[in-house]
Amino acid sequence: MTAKTTASGVSYDAQGEMSEADRREAAMRGFVGEFGALAAAHMESCVRCGMCAHACHFYVATGNPEYTPINKLRPFEQAYHRHAGPFAPLYRLLGLAPRVTIQELEEWERLIFDACTLCGRCTLACPMGIDIAELIKEARHGLFKAGLIPDRLQLMDRTARAWGSPATPAEDFADIVREIGEANGVPMNVDLEKAEYLVTVAPAELTDHPKAVADAAKILNKIGASWTYHSEGFEASNIGFLNGDLELQRTMTRRLIDTAAKIGAHTLILPECGHAYGAARWEAARWYGGKLPVRIIHMSEFLQEVVNDRKVKLKPIGQSVSFHDPCQLVRRGGVTKAPRDVLERLGCELKELENHGTLAWCCGGGGGVVSNTRADPIRYKAFEIKRREVEAAGAERLVTACGQCRITLTLGAKHFKWDKKVESLLELVADNLVD
Amino acid sequence: MTLLEFARGPALQVSLAVFIAGVLWRFLGALLLPWRLIPAEPRQGAPSPAVAALKGIIVKMWPLAPFQKAGLFTFLNGYIFHLGLAIVVLLFAPHILFIDGLIGLDWPGLPNNIVAMVGVVTAVSLVAALAHRLTSPVLRLISRPDDYASWALTFLPVASGLLASAHLGARYETLLALHVLSVCAFLVWFPFGRLMHAFLFAFSRGMTGIRMGQRGAAI
Repeated sequence: MTAKTTASGVSYDAQGEMSEADRREAAMRGFVGEFGALAAAHMESCVRCGMCAHACHFYVATGNPEYTPINKLRPFEQAYHRHAGPFAPLYRLLGLAPRVTIQELEEWERLIFDACTLCGRCTLACPMGIDIAELIKEARHGLFKAGLIPDRLQLMDRTARAWGSPATPAEDFADIVREIGEANGVPMNVDLEKAEYLVTVAPAELTDHPKAVADAAKILNKIGASWTYHSEGFEASNIGFLNGDLELQRTMTRRLIDTAAKIGAHTLILPECGHAYGAARWEAARWYGGKLPVRIIHMSEFLQEVVNDRKVKLKPIGQSVSFHDPCQLVRRGGVTKAPRDVLERLGCELKELENHGTLAWCCGGGGGVVSNTRADPIRYKAFEIKRREVEAAGAERLVTACGQCRITLTLGAKHFKWDKKVESLLELVADNLVD
Repeated sequence: MTLLEFARGPALQVSLAVFIAGVLWRFLGALLLPWRLIPAEPRQGAPSPAVAALKGIIVKMWPLAPFQKAGLFTFLNGYIFHLGLAIVVLLFAPHILFIDGLIGLDWPGLPNNIVAMVGVVTAVSLVAALAHRLTSPVLRLISRPDDYASWALTFLPVASGLLASAHLGARYETLLALHVLSVCAFLVWFPFGRLMHAFLFAFSRGMTGIRMGQRGAAI
């Protein structure tokens, strides 16, 4: 791994020993592999109206036109017109579709990985319905093949490939869970041979938010569920999904689904993690090759089921709350009502942010951006948008249902010395269970 | 053969042939690529793919609330010149006569002076769109030569049509020939450039409608 700078002064990271030509060819193969009818219809429809810029927190926060979402796709689009579009041979012949250069790929690494959280707000703004977030995710596949991703993300990728998780080796998982259980006084189920619920975790829950691991167990124990954590399939935050590493995405997805099938689980509960939901709920069937043998739900959907079915009694909090909508869960995932139902059952007065639900601003750290320290300066600028909205809403508490959003917002608060704690919906429920 | 005869004859026939073949080719070239639909279990209560696609096509006709301020000019001006072009092309009596001669279909038009006014508004709207593109840092960055070529080849038929109908600048026959030739250029360019969005936008919107509809998410 090496940090480098292009001739135009843009810093980028490169992995692996490849010639520039090989790197470029690898990216092109990665891009071309993604050009299906959906991507084609999107790329053929753009009218260059620039509406997507106004939806992007990085553009709005900085005013830098380079952050216009459709601009982040330039090499991907060039590759489409040169190699896959209906007139590709004609464009090549007439010189109308220039070859993507290695310099362009190196420069665009920053725009595709640092300046995009895959939040999909641009997709909502696009009058042509172009799913820019999906296209950028596909463009990441090409850059990953070319060894042109931020080193921090590559490090997590290598760790996840070696350990099955970027947080801990799989063989240590059971001990960690038991220790968390002991520390929080919650009986844990790990590696049970049969269970109805397979419960999974996000890396942040094994490091920054271990209480969440105990809180999920506390609620499952309370309702008398048959459940387990499992060393063979525990890691739900699919790093391959973020990094463009399709092989890893497939491996991590299959681990979860195969483990659920092995133990006979009817439901796989995803942790409070937005990207886990995107990778598992909406893309797992791609890797499984058909209808899944297990129902996949996000932790907030599980909490909604538990509180709506009156399986637990909750102590009313009686305070005002603003909810930060995790993009992959709400805008890209369709889970808007579940967390609000839970907050209502907690007796909270919901004070919505100006842009909430589907239209919410991203925390600025999704898509691996929070792990990519190179992106810190623009991430902090984007954070200010959220901070302004939270302050304007004036709620006593700020709650979310994604550990990565929570970390991003907490880092932002710390950076700006903003006295606002960011809380977890799961922890809020667990802390207010009536015995 | 006069210039007008050339424009109305071989030039128009060739450009129509290129237009039809090019549009079909581009359609098939894009939409016959592999369809990689992920067979995820739709959310309970999710609309059918057909309904979700239709919703996507309709909802995108006007920006959602947070984008209305930034997109007001883009959308309003866009509607003005798109509707203006539709009125001028389809409701101008000489155009209807021309189309009738080509395919044997006719319909009532609008008075010529009304269409002329619409033509002027359309031309002004197109100039405003270009000015916006040239003055916005975002649009300057993301625009390609295709965008400017598509603009020019849309503007020329409008401008030449206005000059021809007003008999301004040259002999009527010459102006008319130039007008028809500009339409020919528009037709030839159409399948190759940005103008194809006129057909492909529905697919793009519809596909996102289906993807988000399956998830129970908004579009």
